[in-house]
This record gives sequence, C-alpha cells and structure tokens, in this order.
Amino acid sequence: MAQVNFSKQELERYSRHLIIPEFNIEGQRKLKKAKVLVVGTGGLGSPLLLYLAAAGVGNIGILDFDVVDDSNLQRQVLFTVDDVGKPKSEAAKARLQKLNPHVNFTVHNTMLTSENALNIIKDYDLVADGTDNFPTRYLVNDACVILDKVNVYASIFRFEGQVSVFNYKNVDGVNGPHYRDLFPTPPPPGLVPSCAEGGVIGVLPGIIGSLQANEVLKVISGVGDPLAGRLFLFDALTFETRTMKVHKNKDTPAITQLIDYEIFCGLGEKENDQEVKEITVEELSSWKVTKKDFQLVDVREGYEYEIANLGGQLIPLGEISSHVNDIRSDVDVVVHCRSGKRSADAILQLEKLGFKNLYNLKGGILAWADQLDPEMAKY
Amino acid sequence: MANIIIPTPLRKFTANQASVETVGGTVQESVESLAKQFPDLNKHIFDAEGKIRQFIRIYVGDEDINALNQENTKVENSTVISIIPAIAGGAQ
Repeated sequence: MAQVNFSKQELERYSRHLIIPEFNIEGQRKLKKAKVLVVGTGGLGSPLLLYLAAAGVGNIGILDFDVVDDSNLQRQVLFTVDDVGKPKSEAAKARLQKLNPHVNFTVHNTMLTSENALNIIKDYDLVADGTDNFPTRYLVNDACVILDKVNVYASIFRFEGQVSVFNYKNVDGVNGPHYRDLFPTPPPPGLVPSCAEGGVIGVLPGIIGSLQANEVLKVISGVGDPLAGRLFLFDALTFETRTMKVHKNKDTPAITQLIDYEIFCGLGEKENDQEVKEITVEELSSWKVTKKDFQLVDVREGYEYEIANLGGQLIPLGEISSHVNDIRSDVDVVVHCRSGKRSADAILQLEKLGFKNLYNLKGGILAWADQLDPEMAKY
Repeated sequence: MANIIIPTPLRKFTANQASVETVGGTVQESVESLAKQFPDLNKHIFDAEGKIRQFIRIYVGDEDINALNQENTKVENSTVISIIPAIAGGAQ
C-alpha cells in the first residue's frame, strides 16, 4: 500500500480515532485510502454521508438522481430549506465539503441502472445501499456480487429497520451471504409500500443509517466483527432488537450479469396504466364546475384524507371488495388516490366484478395540488 | 405454544399487534394458528401451494428455519418465532 500521509490539520481532526488503540493511525490510513459509494442520499444516505465524511473516508461517491423536496426535511438531515429544488447529489456534496475539506467527493447525479451500475461501482471498494425500492436493492446486490464488492445494506419501513453486511470476504477469502441468499425474490408490487407511500418515523433512518455507517467504517478499517452473515433488526415502537443468522443459500443462482430489475420485481409491465380509463385533473375540475352527475371515490387511508382531500367518498383500497355496493354503476365514477397507482388497482378489482364506468384520476391528488390548487398540502 | 413477532408491514393484518401467542408444536402449526386467528394474513405468508413465500423468512430464535428442520422445526412455550419480510425503504 502506498504510504498515506496526514497533514497537521488532519491529525488533529482525527485525533479521537488515532488514540483508540485498536483503530489508531493505521485504521485512519485505511479510511483515507478507501473509496465508498453511497447509493441514495435520502434518509439513510444523510447520516451515512455525514459520518463517513466526518470520519475521514478519503473518497466518497454520492449517487442520487432526485432533487430535494420539502417533505425530505423531516428526516434527511443533510439538507436545509435552501437546498429545496436542488439536485440531492450536488446539495450533499456542497454540505459535506464544508464538513470535511480533506475528502474527495464524486457526484453521480443519475439513477443507478443495469446499464451504468457496473461501470460506476467498479471504481469503489465498497457500496453502502440506502435506496428506497426493490429493483435498485437487487441491482446493487447483483452488481456487488459480480464485481466482488462488499454491500453494506440497510433498509427501513415505518418503525422498523434492517442492517446487514453482504458479500463480505472473510479472512479465508470466502464470500459471505448476499441479499438474494436472504430474500431470493422480492415481494409482489404493492404488498410492502415504499416510505413515500407507507411513511417512516423521521429519526429511524438516523438510527439505522448510523449503524450502517459504523459497519462501513468497520469493514474498511478491519476493526471489529462486521455484521456479515447476520441481519440486525430494530423495532423503534417496541425497542426490540434482534440479530439473526443469515446463511448462504445453495439454491441461489449464480449471478453473472445484470437483468431488468423492474421486470424482476414485477414492475415492468405497466398493465394498470394501459388497462384503466383515465381522466385528467382538469377534466375532473370541469365535471365539478358543470355539476355533472358523477361519483368521486377516494381509495386512500383515513389519515391521508386528513392531510388533503377532494371531498370524495373514502373507501380505502383494502376495503373496496367489501364496499362494492357503495360504488354507483348508473353514473361515471372517478377513483383517485395519492398518485394514481392504488386507484388503478381498485379499478382493476372492480372491473373484474363487471363495472365499466370507472375512471382513474391521472396523477391523483398530487396532480390536483400541482396543477390546480397550490394551497393543497402534498405528502 | 410459541410467540410470533409480527413485522411492521404485516401488522395491519393483526390489528396492530406486534406479537401473537399461537398454539402448536411445530413452526408450521404455529404459523397456521396465527393465520387462523388473522385470516387476512394467509395470502401474505403462504403461496397458492401453501408454502411460505420466498420474500419472507421464518426464524426460530436467531436461526433461519431453513437451517433447522424447516416448517417441522419443534417449538416450545418459550420459543420466539420471527417473520422477517423484505423491506426496501431508505431514500424517500
């Protein structure tokens, strides 16, 4: 290893690391030399990036395609009000450079895809996965397996968090289990909502992302026992923590190339969009203005209705089948949700029962807020 | 008799209970007992052939039942069974 040297400022900055006997300057050298890619600069990415930069990881890649939104600030502590509307990766770099000017940051203002993943990840030693969807989870995992990189994984949902270290090579050179050994296939779309749909308590990504950062530092420095072959679970509601064993699965197929992860996760076929009839928010508005006889059904949950509503009849998606008699068949019926996804599911369910008068509100209540009512709260 | 810990995504099917006491001497019987108490859980845990779905892991204590005796793994009164689903949140 080429000698890694530190300036006086760096030695002083990292002194609390340097005086830990088992970490010392050798551990700090490993951090400075390391190249870590953080995928996703959201809830998990915020504490991850802050702690990795503060700790002195020398080369950090920041990957995100999104822009900062008001609704991010409840938990994405990397960002401030001034960052709203800016690309997350750029805003993150600006913030982190102020925190630690001794770190080299590389911005990847792009979505990770099967086409670019290998090319991006190959330049890094380790990936920290803080994404928010199953296709990218499997993509990150498979790319790390193909390139033989460690994948430090964390995931959150509402009050629950998971952490593990996948594809970790032990002292004997044997790779540990990876994500597909634990979960061979993703759940069907819609069963486990994303945080955008299901919500997350704001401090949870702070807790889980910090644990993830700790595992990154351990893997790089070689200090301690990484969470390889184990899955850590945290339930913030009950304050139960569990650490489960994860084994390699002999049935896991060999991963030799990247695939279409949208299709793998059942998201590739946009059947819903094609099959259901739609109306736009402008059309719905004109129906209201002209007092057309129609029924408006809102298939969101009651607590979402409290945030914002269009005055529709509330029948949550999960209760549609037991409220079929409340859906009119003698007039046009507009079904809506937050974005148009759940309402399309509701329409497909109802059309199987013979309804032919149902229209999905394109873009849901978000489109209404964007295009017609700037005062309406978006969530 | 075993105690099954219910993960957050499935709690809407267990009236928000974080854990449920079940009857039965094996994992299979315990999970069936759970599904009997909360029938809406059935399709989320078992596939059409009655096998446990691949995106869910069942643990007895800290061990995956696949490393034990699968669904036939014995349980006792003090046994804690965990249902662990894949979750994907993080960035949004």
